[in-house]
Amino acid sequence: MAGGHAHAGGLHHAGDTAVHRLPAEAKVLATVATVLAVVATPRDALWAFAAHAAVLVAVVAATRLPPGAVVRRMRIEIPFLAFAVLLPIVGRGPRVDVAGLALSQEGLWAGWNIAAKGTLGVLAAIVLSSSTPVAELLRGVERLRVPRVLVAIAGFMVRYLDVIVGEAERMRIARVARGDDPRWLWQARATAATGGTLFVRAYERGERVHLAMLARGYDGSMPEVHHHHAPARASLLAAVVPALHLAVAVTAHLL
Amino acid sequence: MTGLVVRDLRYAYPDGRRALDGVDLTVAPGERVAVLGPNGAGKTTLVLHLNGTLTAESGTIAVGGVTVGKATLRDVRRRVGLVFQDPDDQLFMPTVYDDVAFGPANLGLRHDALTARVEAALAAVGLPGVGERAPHHLSLGQKRRAAVATVLAMEPELLVLDEPTANLDPAARRELATVLTTLDLTTLVVTHDLPYALELCPRSVILAGGRVVADGPTAELLADADLLAAHRLELPFGFDPTLRRR
Repeated sequence: MAGGHAHAGGLHHAGDTAVHRLPAEAKVLATVATVLAVVATPRDALWAFAAHAAVLVAVVAATRLPPGAVVRRMRIEIPFLAFAVLLPIVGRGPRVDVAGLALSQEGLWAGWNIAAKGTLGVLAAIVLSSSTPVAELLRGVERLRVPRVLVAIAGFMVRYLDVIVGEAERMRIARVARGDDPRWLWQARATAATGGTLFVRAYERGERVHLAMLARGYDGSMPEVHHHHAPARASLLAAVVPALHLAVAVTAHLL
Repeated sequence: MTGLVVRDLRYAYPDGRRALDGVDLTVAPGERVAVLGPNGAGKTTLVLHLNGTLTAESGTIAVGGVTVGKATLRDVRRRVGLVFQDPDDQLFMPTVYDDVAFGPANLGLRHDALTARVEAALAAVGLPGVGERAPHHLSLGQKRRAAVATVLAMEPELLVLDEPTANLDPAARRELATVLTTLDLTTLVVTHDLPYALELCPRSVILAGGRVVADGPTAELLADADLLAAHRLELPFGFDPTLRRR
């Protein structure tokens, strides 16, 4: 009952820096704009990527995020990096010799492109999610006029992830307690059955939640429960970061 | 004007099994009544009729003089506050504040009026200042009281709690009881927790086989061992209802 707090603090890293205090909607817009500016930077402008990275590292420092935690969370990127590493090997076109390996020149550029832009994008997303509580993030996108029903769906996901993960964990413990020890694919039957049960339980919970919503006057549209709008001046500071990135991208194109 | 009047309520499940077979129940304004009965007696089915979630085959329900029906659904759902058994079903928003605000916002409240309503409801259940917390950061006892706050914020005339003590530890039971006794609302406590019924409700009814088979002072019903045994109700070991004096 009291367990299942694995995701509790989750992505958010509490703090009281200027970045933390920015309105959530400003940070969401700034993050999107930063990612767009990074993506729009030509891949051969190496100095521009160094500039992008410098700006983002400065923001990470201003947010006072522990570097170790940031690096750990960047591991989410590994599958994409694996793909980037593959490209120079399988790529076509003229080859260059790197440490005894004949690698595709085009593939090297493509791999670098994915790795550099992906890493910078992940870094920007980490700053956003670490400096903004999830509930505030949801309110932020709601203030950006994202339809309330979409915000509500995202909110339900956040709210019930813990509940369902907790339920799955209790079922796993109950399985293991009765001697289940799946190691091979053909032993997956019990795990698969658990998945099915979990789905049915989640579905039934959905019905009960809907009942509880109807009982409190839900009529098919989510009501607006927050009316606070941050002053535009507070958001201006957030615009500085994407403005720097945009300047870098534009300069890289002009040079 | 009466709090709640249920007359000859009948309902069968889609598979034909009879759940309610002529329920009659009158609750005066301000009264706290326990609805006792074993699992499967039709308690939750009765609860779902009170705000029009389920529609009876025959019979009537009136809350504060308003008859429950399709045309009055909105009004009835404001008047009847249902607290469901599992607070994880009732608290579905990302923060406690958002959840408590959900009901009154559906009623059209906005801005300061909404905030005032939410804060008053949270204070009434002894959880001031937890608004910004996420529901999964609360203990089960706190969740249950937050669930009560979500319906209090709608200023209901009738509060209905379905198995309010399920899975609560003794301290959380007591905290919830303190909240419920200070609310001074017409309250229906649906439970098979007999000591809790005795603590909270001067009057009880026993629901069995889809009808009310006994109605009287809680202490008297609980002292009738034959009556309890006939309806699969049992007092905990060592509990003597006649020893209890306020």
